[in-house]
Amino acid sequence: MTDAQVKVEDLEIRLLLDALYYRFHYDFRNYAMSSIRRRLRQARVDMGCATISALQEKVLHDADMLPQMLRYLTVQVSEMFRDPGYFKAIREHVVPHLRTYPSLKVWVAGCSTGEELYSLVILFREAGLEERTLFYATDINPDALARAQAGVYDLERVRKFTENHRLSGGDTSLSDYYHTGYDRCVLDKSLRRNVVFSDHSLVSDQVFGEMQFVSCRNVMIYFDRALQDRAIGLFRDALPRNAFLGLGAKETLRFSGHAAAFRDFVPAEKIYQRTGA
Amino acid sequence: MTVAATGGAVIIGASAGALDALSLILPALPADFARPILVIVHIPPDKPSALAQILDAKCRLPAVEVGDKDPVVPGVIHVAPPNYHMLIEDEGHFALSGEAEVLFSRPSIDVSFESACDIWGDRLTCIVLTGANQDGARGARMIASAGGTVIVQNPTSAYARAMPEAAIAACPQAKIMTLPEIARHLQEHAR
Repeated sequence: MTDAQVKVEDLEIRLLLDALYYRFHYDFRNYAMSSIRRRLRQARVDMGCATISALQEKVLHDADMLPQMLRYLTVQVSEMFRDPGYFKAIREHVVPHLRTYPSLKVWVAGCSTGEELYSLVILFREAGLEERTLFYATDINPDALARAQAGVYDLERVRKFTENHRLSGGDTSLSDYYHTGYDRCVLDKSLRRNVVFSDHSLVSDQVFGEMQFVSCRNVMIYFDRALQDRAIGLFRDALPRNAFLGLGAKETLRFSGHAAAFRDFVPAEKIYQRTGA
Repeated sequence: MTVAATGGAVIIGASAGALDALSLILPALPADFARPILVIVHIPPDKPSALAQILDAKCRLPAVEVGDKDPVVPGVIHVAPPNYHMLIEDEGHFALSGEAEVLFSRPSIDVSFESACDIWGDRLTCIVLTGANQDGARGARMIASAGGTVIVQNPTSAYARAMPEAAIAACPQAKIMTLPEIARHLQEHAR
């Protein structure tokens, strides 16, 4: 595409994001453009539209299109115990602090289809902390939340989950937490005993409680810097002094206006601790 | 952002045999090379990569692994991290993405080429090096049709020829060069 074509397409994308906002109150207007552009191009091709404008017309006039669009606009790629070093660091460095609290609240922000949530629940059960913990799992995509709540994954993914769990220092067998049927792995429903699933937007919603640990991995990479700062501000407000925030391997608080509210706790794994600031 | 805005960028994709090929090109670049250099190499997703450190030690230009929203800096070699796609958000910033693998790869060369093409268009120089797959061909074709420069390593001199061959097939106007010729070309187009 020439420069001029990219500029027109970017304009069409802005208009489509406006349409989604004004019609459905889904606000992707401050998402990182490079990634939105790529995913809307895919949606355009897959849905047989000649232009993004044609895609916009479909979205506005066919209500059934919204779930499909959300599937493109929210990324749902994860695995259990992804980056085992992160979970190992939680076991070794965060859990000893959390043990000193009589009750705990953990927020998995942008939980998508639930892999990270269940990893943390299993880790907390292994550490003997599950009983005193309330987990909040939030996302904007209702389909992803429903899948998280179901806790059913393709069997072919379990081998990787199991390997990750072992590398994360898990001292039980992952197979203790699921049963298999057909091509599916069904997580034990007891893992949801202390979980609240809820619709929540880091773009437009407020903090809903005081947390001892927020895990938000590879969610904010899809935001622009202004929106990242809003989300980090929510985490700052949700976390009292000495509470913890975990980010994805290539994310940082360095560019945030809230950086002073956090100190590096396990820098290599992007685990931060709330300061008094 | 003065130089990046006028001089565009150089983006390089490589797979099997990448380190040897990059080691013949990047250390040849002068310390005052004025364009940002973006490097995408297929690396294993689940362990840290030493590629940026290795290149940093070999080159006069600094090499760094890219993090989310990191700045794009002229004269710096920016290396895509393992297990993320590297996108270019605007002339001054990267954005990372965990979207699904493309052609079994994350980082994907095509994904970065396409994103860089949106940002720099005809001010982009793209280079496809050795590799045993088809990644980069689609992106190189996009860059060529946007008026950018496409250079492909001569397949006969490549450690693995599939990737350069696919790029040439997709992009007949590509300039075909050996590694020393690519190094010389970049020295002559340093700004």
